[in-house]
Amino acid sequence: MTLLEVTDLTVSFPTADGVVKAVRGASFSVDAGRTLGIVGESGSGKSVLTQTLLGLTPGADISGSAVFEGNDLLRLSENDMRNVRGARIAVIFQDPLTSLHPLYTVGWQVAEMIRAHDKSVSKKEASERAVDLLRRVGIPRPETRVNDYPHQFSGGMRQRVMIAMAVSLSPQMIIADEPTTALDATVQAQILDLLLRLQRESGTALIMITHDLGVVADIADDVMVMYAGRPAEKAAKRDVFYAPHHPYTMGLLESIPSSSAVGDRLRPIPGSPPSLINLPSGCKFHPRCGYVLDRCLLEEPPLRPLGPDAYHRSACWLPVKAVGLSEEAEELRAQMVHKGRGEAAAEVIEAETAGAFGIDGSVAG
Amino acid sequence: MNAGDDVLVRVENLVKYFPVRAGGLIRRTVGQVQAVDDVTLTIPRGKTLGLVGETGCGKSTLARCVAGLIPVTSGRVTFDGQDITNWPRRSMRPMRREIQMIFQDPYGSLNPRRRVGSIIGEPFAIHNIASGTERKRRVQELMERVGLNPEHYNRFPAEFSGGQRQRIGVARALALQPKLIICDEPVSALDVSIQAQVLNLLVDLQRDYGLTYLFIAHNLDVVRHVSDSVAVMYLGRICELGPKEPVYGAPRHPYTTALLSAAPAADPDAAASRQRIILVGDVPSPIDPPSGCRFHPRCPKAQPLCSETEPQLEVKAGDAATHVTACHFPVMAGENLAAAGRSELS
Repeated sequence: MTLLEVTDLTVSFPTADGVVKAVRGASFSVDAGRTLGIVGESGSGKSVLTQTLLGLTPGADISGSAVFEGNDLLRLSENDMRNVRGARIAVIFQDPLTSLHPLYTVGWQVAEMIRAHDKSVSKKEASERAVDLLRRVGIPRPETRVNDYPHQFSGGMRQRVMIAMAVSLSPQMIIADEPTTALDATVQAQILDLLLRLQRESGTALIMITHDLGVVADIADDVMVMYAGRPAEKAAKRDVFYAPHHPYTMGLLESIPSSSAVGDRLRPIPGSPPSLINLPSGCKFHPRCGYVLDRCLLEEPPLRPLGPDAYHRSACWLPVKAVGLSEEAEELRAQMVHKGRGEAAAEVIEAETAGAFGIDGSVAG
Repeated sequence: MNAGDDVLVRVENLVKYFPVRAGGLIRRTVGQVQAVDDVTLTIPRGKTLGLVGETGCGKSTLARCVAGLIPVTSGRVTFDGQDITNWPRRSMRPMRREIQMIFQDPYGSLNPRRRVGSIIGEPFAIHNIASGTERKRRVQELMERVGLNPEHYNRFPAEFSGGQRQRIGVARALALQPKLIICDEPVSALDVSIQAQVLNLLVDLQRDYGLTYLFIAHNLDVVRHVSDSVAVMYLGRICELGPKEPVYGAPRHPYTTALLSAAPAADPDAAASRQRIILVGDVPSPIDPPSGCRFHPRCPKAQPLCSETEPQLEVKAGDAATHVTACHFPVMAGENLAAAGRSELS
């Protein structure tokens, strides 16, 4: 069941230097009870995208639609949005220290979250529920800890408090924006474990925004890779990791110093991400891409399905079978690109598509 | 590590405590943050020692002690055969040419009001090495070497991206042709695709100039990629030290095992099949560390002995002579610690 359907969402910010095109036509959906991992580097638009859904981007020019439980989130009044935010869609941010008020006790803040949405709950009842919630997220001695202030908690414990607040109203969806980035590996493991457990218990949909492919590999069902404000590739997790189509996705995977390739040279993506004010023509990834065709310089590829099931989608002009070229084909292609990027390289890829090098399709069953 | 002259850096029983002061007018010391406690290690010339551990384990403090940036409480730091422990500033000065640092934050470690040429040329100015056109030529050579456009000599740091700024930091560290570069989380602030560029650069520079690295990071994959040997720190002490293959492949200390199991791998199948050890609780305070083995309150294998006697770093049965572990009950091959771990909510 589709819980959230985002169609052609565009967000831009007018600034003194020009218009920052933060999100440029993102379309995706999130199913109830599933986890969507949104991966991208700094400036890829992943955070702006989700903040816009919650009406947290004042001053931005927004178009498109985001239908959640029958309502378009982008057209809700401030009052209606307040009823959705927190209660139906909860958010967990990266830094719990700046998201928690330093002068109120943790228990008060959790109770306030409950009372803000339901005035019929008495103060006493709300603070009892706060104790229960803190216990549920694994905070030891919650009866006494509710009276402590955020600075008396460690980073991991603070993030547990944020999670307690997020699940306090049994939301349909939780948006977690880099929830473990500020935490150490062993604490990160604790928090991811907790999120997964709570999700299993309550069937909440989760959008996990992260730059860490390891986190995605761990907990996501589906993955959307963002680049320069647009989804570059979206598929079930295994397809993204084992049969990526978009050269950016492949580049990201090859950039990770993984244990499987110890001692090898890393293969980074050359260059750096484009300015969101002055975007390149055509495909926004083409200046960094090793597979450029002439077409890439002129036309921006749409996010199109790669196979009949339409689940694995990629915004790249390369034929489906081209990516993952054999070694001979790759060498030939690289030479062609080197000599004047374009048609000749495309021909190699065409030959590949025709099965000349006998490459298997990239859409895994 | 048998020939003594192969060793560039030797750290012996290094201790660094920071006093904790309290009180109003009369500040008195009420405790000590035991940031680094009795650390011994060596870094062979031309090799990379990776230092891993979580926030507050003392890895950056250790690095600063090695660089001579802060005085040590006790112990000894020997660099290239010379005991440089707590040298006064004046005699340390020429030594600073040999030991350089690259910092984590490429935004905070470059002066925003100075041009790149002057930032990279600063070491030449401080040490009166080259000036005028000669300095400019050498700076531009360095810029080219680290993959920056030499024509950007007159730009400000703000005009560069995060990865390029880190290259500026690398160029500055290289300027005086140091023997040792201490890299303190050099790629943690960078995006993955950029991180890989900088890691490749560091590996190339080591090969070309025979550099020795002390490489600090919390990302285990990054450390594994660049290091020859690895030291794992917990609460100011080294709990395991050895060549990277055994430390990563067959860790003996339960903390190393837990740390490795907690690091997310960008591989869904590996993530699904992995036995993840979820450690209980938080890292204790370094002001009042636990008795005995400092890891015992969180250790799935802890026995009464662990809280009584502090284990020493020693070679465990079956390990190479260079692989040492500080644990009374080292992890055996094939042992499942996840099953031994206590449930989080019990």
